[in-house]
Amino acid sequence: MPQERVVLKNCGVIDPKNISTFLDADGFQALNKARQEMTPEEVINEVKVSGLRGRGGAGFPCGIKWEGARNSPADDKYVICNADEGEVGTFKDRYILENDPFSLIEGLAIAGYAVGAGQGYIYLRAEYHYLLDLLESAIKQAREAGYLNGFDIIVREGAGAYVCGEESALMESIEGKRGESRYRPPFPTVAGLWQSPTTINNVETLMNIPRIILNGGGWYSQMGTERSKGTKVFSVSGDVARPGVYEMLLGSTWRELVEELASAENIKLIQIGGATGRIIPRDMIDTPLSFEDILGAGAVTVYDESRDVIDIVYRTAEFLAEESCGKCTPCRQGTEVMVEIMERFSRGEGSVKDIRAMEDLAETMMLTSLCGLGQAAHFVVMDTLKYFRDDYNRRITGN
Amino acid sequence: MMSKKLTSPEKAPQDLLGSLKDAQIRYGHLPHEFMTELAESLKVPVSDVYGVASFYSFLSIKPLGRNVIRICKSLPCYLKNCQVIIDTVEKEIGIKPGQTTPDGRFSFELTNCIGLCDKAPAMLINNDPHVDLTPGKITQILKSYK
Repeated sequence: MPQERVVLKNCGVIDPKNISTFLDADGFQALNKARQEMTPEEVINEVKVSGLRGRGGAGFPCGIKWEGARNSPADDKYVICNADEGEVGTFKDRYILENDPFSLIEGLAIAGYAVGAGQGYIYLRAEYHYLLDLLESAIKQAREAGYLNGFDIIVREGAGAYVCGEESALMESIEGKRGESRYRPPFPTVAGLWQSPTTINNVETLMNIPRIILNGGGWYSQMGTERSKGTKVFSVSGDVARPGVYEMLLGSTWRELVEELASAENIKLIQIGGATGRIIPRDMIDTPLSFEDILGAGAVTVYDESRDVIDIVYRTAEFLAEESCGKCTPCRQGTEVMVEIMERFSRGEGSVKDIRAMEDLAETMMLTSLCGLGQAAHFVVMDTLKYFRDDYNRRITGN
Repeated sequence: MMSKKLTSPEKAPQDLLGSLKDAQIRYGHLPHEFMTELAESLKVPVSDVYGVASFYSFLSIKPLGRNVIRICKSLPCYLKNCQVIIDTVEKEIGIKPGQTTPDGRFSFELTNCIGLCDKAPAMLINNDPHVDLTPGKITQILKSYK
């Protein structure tokens, strides 16, 4: 079975409003085990053994990130949960927050113990304001039950900015500023929030932590592929009969996810990882779900044969141009130029020169942009040029 | 309206975004007088305040209606024909995206992905999600916002 409930094991099982239902499902057992039976180093080691990699898209090894912050000398350290999923087509963290906020709190508290942080933050996107009461109630219940002694959690809400899902922009936003990406180094594990050592983990990453601590890193590392351990939660939407959230064993295939589970038919292409993600055509559908191939943060948008590739790229470029924070020139200007060129193609007035310009632009943006937004903005263009060149050629009128 | 001090004195620069969000809720937008006073109390340049105020899409420096409609226009909602919903709302309240009704009841905006793609097309009115929209549902939904 490609489906496996590790992250989502409590979703639909517990009452997210009531901590006692969570406690009945082994809730906070992992936190107790970590605090009572393990040193912070042992917790970090267990996470390293598990092979868990970040679920926000970049796939950085979680244990190594935590170790970096642990080993950075400072009086104050912070752990942050990134609940600012804004990638086009992603809603898995919404589903998790709606159904099992307690596991997230437990994961963040374990992170705090491992890193040596007394303060945790959950950065919740403004679009999810309707989840704030549920989340704060869960934190309050955990606090009152004594699970947050020596460690507290503050929820900070965003104010509507896609780029704040980028870790350095997110920290700027928590500090009350414009959500603009920072120059790195220094990395957050050395100088993050308020210039103190900080770890930032995606909601889904932290959801894995209690499972790993309770069952062992060795148990976790048996799932998945060589370099992609465990499961991944996907948000599937677009031209599918059954849109929704699916948790898959890594190493399963896109076919199993989008055709067998979400019931897609007549697929033309799949956009994986949203606006900054990748595009694969139907004939690559047997590719495994893994970091070795293509994974993303879990946004999966399916397009059927009736869809126009140029339209998809044009709209994606518009999104990126609107959401670029504007701090670095390659991203600010590059995304605008992408829009201008794709607008010409959508009118059927593209040129060979335009394609060359976009190829140049792609390389410049990838090499010189400050953060993932600009660095990955070209994927949608370059992937479609690779797999759907005819769709561009049909819109070329000049040289 | 602005004669009283609008901000408390003990604020620090890190409270900038939070103060703007509070003001957005209180006044429905961020009046110039407020931003000037906030800059003074935080001891930061007015340009910093304006910079944050104009950065985030849920903050507005021009007056908004009592209720803000945000229809998602990103690809998953576009695939589910959000344009029909946009057209229906336009017809229903008589304004285009970016505008506010003369009676101040509604502001109308298009927004990027709001994470409701499994129930597209979707929109937020103020903080409330409305999903699986059809033109037939719009009148009833709008009726509940006075």
